[in-house]
Amino acid sequence: MTSTEPELPLLRIGGLTKRFGGFTALDNVSVDIRAGERFGLIGPNGSGKTTLINCISGAFRTEPGTVLFRGEDITPLPAHMRTRRGIARSFQIPRPFKSMTVVENLMVALDFATVAGGFVPAAHRRDTVMAILAQTGLTSKADLPTTGLSQVELRKMELARAMATHPKLLISDEAMAGLSSSEVDEVLDLLIKLAGEGITIIMIEHIMQAVMRFSQRVMCLDAGRIIALGAPDEVMANQRVQEAYLGT
Amino acid sequence: MNRNSIAFWIGAGLFLVVVALLPQLIRNEYPFFAAYVILQFIVLSVAWSILGGYAGYVNFGTSAFFGVGVYTAVFLFKATGAPLAVQLAAAAAVGALLGFAVGLLTLRMQGIFFSIATIALTIVIETSVTNWRFVGGAAGIQMQRPAVMAPFDGYVQMLVFVQALLVVLAIVIARYMQSSWIGRGLQALKDDELAAECTGVPTLRLKVLACVISGALMCAAGAPAAMYLQYADPSSAFNLNYSVSVLAMSLIGGTAHWAGPVIGAILLGTTQQLLTVTISSEVNLLVLGIMLVVFVVAAPEGLIGLIRKASRKRAEREA
Repeated sequence: MTSTEPELPLLRIGGLTKRFGGFTALDNVSVDIRAGERFGLIGPNGSGKTTLINCISGAFRTEPGTVLFRGEDITPLPAHMRTRRGIARSFQIPRPFKSMTVVENLMVALDFATVAGGFVPAAHRRDTVMAILAQTGLTSKADLPTTGLSQVELRKMELARAMATHPKLLISDEAMAGLSSSEVDEVLDLLIKLAGEGITIIMIEHIMQAVMRFSQRVMCLDAGRIIALGAPDEVMANQRVQEAYLGT
Repeated sequence: MNRNSIAFWIGAGLFLVVVALLPQLIRNEYPFFAAYVILQFIVLSVAWSILGGYAGYVNFGTSAFFGVGVYTAVFLFKATGAPLAVQLAAAAAVGALLGFAVGLLTLRMQGIFFSIATIALTIVIETSVTNWRFVGGAAGIQMQRPAVMAPFDGYVQMLVFVQALLVVLAIVIARYMQSSWIGRGLQALKDDELAAECTGVPTLRLKVLACVISGALMCAAGAPAAMYLQYADPSSAFNLNYSVSVLAMSLIGGTAHWAGPVIGAILLGTTQQLLTVTISSEVNLLVLGIMLVVFVVAAPEGLIGLIRKASRKRAEREA
C-alpha cells in the first residue's frame, strides 16, 4: 500500500476504551488491519488482548470507541450480525456445542452465519462441511460427538466452525495454548493455509516462535494500551515489550 | 415427505379419530374427566419443553400462563359470551403477547434470572386477578356451560376432543421446531450462548420466539379449563402445582425429543389420576417429588435418554 492511494482497511478500530467498573481493560486503542494481513497480537496476561477480541466480535459493548468493518460502523451490532458480516473467532478455552457432533457444530454456522452469503442448498450442505473438515484435518472425526475430541482436535474444530461461517476476518484466540510443539506446528500451518486463501487473520498467541513465523505485523498490548506496533522483529526488539514480558 | 413423517401424520389422525369416537363406546363420564386432565398436561409439558428443553431456559411460570389462559376465556365469556373457539384463539394471542413481553424483558440475561422472573410473574398476575371483581375476584366465578355442539353429546367429551386437538397442534409445532433450523439454533445456544452468537445464531430473537410459542400454547391449554370445571378461581387457576407438575413431567420424560414430555405427561398424569382416586390428592404430590428425585439421580436425560442409551448399546453390540 502506498501513501498516495489510501486503501480502506478491512477493520478500523478507533479510540476503543473498555472499562469494567473502575478497571480500564482497554485504553483508547486505535489500529487498522489491512485486508489479507496476517496480524499478531501479543501482550502479557491481563493486558487486554481477549477484551479487544471481544469488542471486535461483539461479545462486549464498547463505550466510547468505534469498530469499522469494510467501511461500515459495526459498533452497535450484536455479535451474530458481525459474524454474518464476516467476522469469525475461536475461543481461548474451546467452546464447542457439546451435545452435537463435529459436523452438526459446523452445520450451525451454515444455518445461521451464511445468510448474507446466500444459503447453501441442502444437497451440498454436507459436502461443504466435509470440505472444511478435510482442510482442517478432521475428516475422520466428522460424526463423533465433540466430547470425544482431544484438545488439539477441539482447537481445529473451533477453527473449522469459524471457517464454516465464511469469514473475511478470522480471529484466533490462543488456539495453540497448551499444545505440544508438533501440534502447534499443525495449527500454525493450518492458519497460514487459511491466510493463503485470502482470509485476514488476527492471531493472539503467547508462543513467540509461532507469532514470529506467522505475523506480517505484530501489536503488543500492555495494561490496555498499545506499546508497540510494527514488523515482528522490531516489536520483539522493543525495549518496552521486553520489559512488559520479562519485568524490570 | 419421508416415511417417518407419514407415520407421524397417520398416528396423529388416528389419535383424533379415536378420541372423537370414544364417547360412543364409553358411556361413563369419569374417564373423560381424567383424560382431559392428562391431555391438558401433555400440551403444557410439550409447550414447556420448547423453551425449557430446547433452549434450556427453565420456566417456573407455567401456572401464570395457564391461569392467564383460564381468565382470558372467563373474561371473554362473561363480557361477550364468545364461543369456545374464540376463547381459545384469544387465549393463545394473549399468551403469545405475554411470552413476548416476559421474554424480551428477562431473556437478555442468561440462566437463572429468567426462572426467577417467571415465579414473580405468577404472583403478580395472580394478585391482580384476585382483585379483579369482574371475573369474580378471590371468591371465584361460576360458569354456565352453553349448549353442546353436535356431533358431541356431552360437554366434557367435547372439551376432551378440543384438548386432543391442542395436543396434536403442540406436538406438530414442537416436532417442526426440533428438526428445523430453529431447533438447531436453540440447541446451540443451550450448549453455549456466546459461541452460538459468534457462530451467527441470533440468540435473543430465538429465545423470545420460543417463549412466545410456548406461552401461546400454555394459555390455549388453560382456556377450556373454566368450562371443564364450570368454575374458576385465582388460587386454583394459578396454582403452583401446574408449574411443578409440568416441570417434573418434562424432565422425567426427557426434553431432547418432542416425545419426551408426551411420555412424561402420560406417565405422571395417569399416576396422579390413579393416586388421587385411590388414595388422596396429597399423596400424588409426594409421589411426584420422589419420582423427580429418582429420575434426576438415575436418568438425568429422562426416559428419552434411557431409550437412546439402550438403542445405542444395541447398535454397538450388533456392530
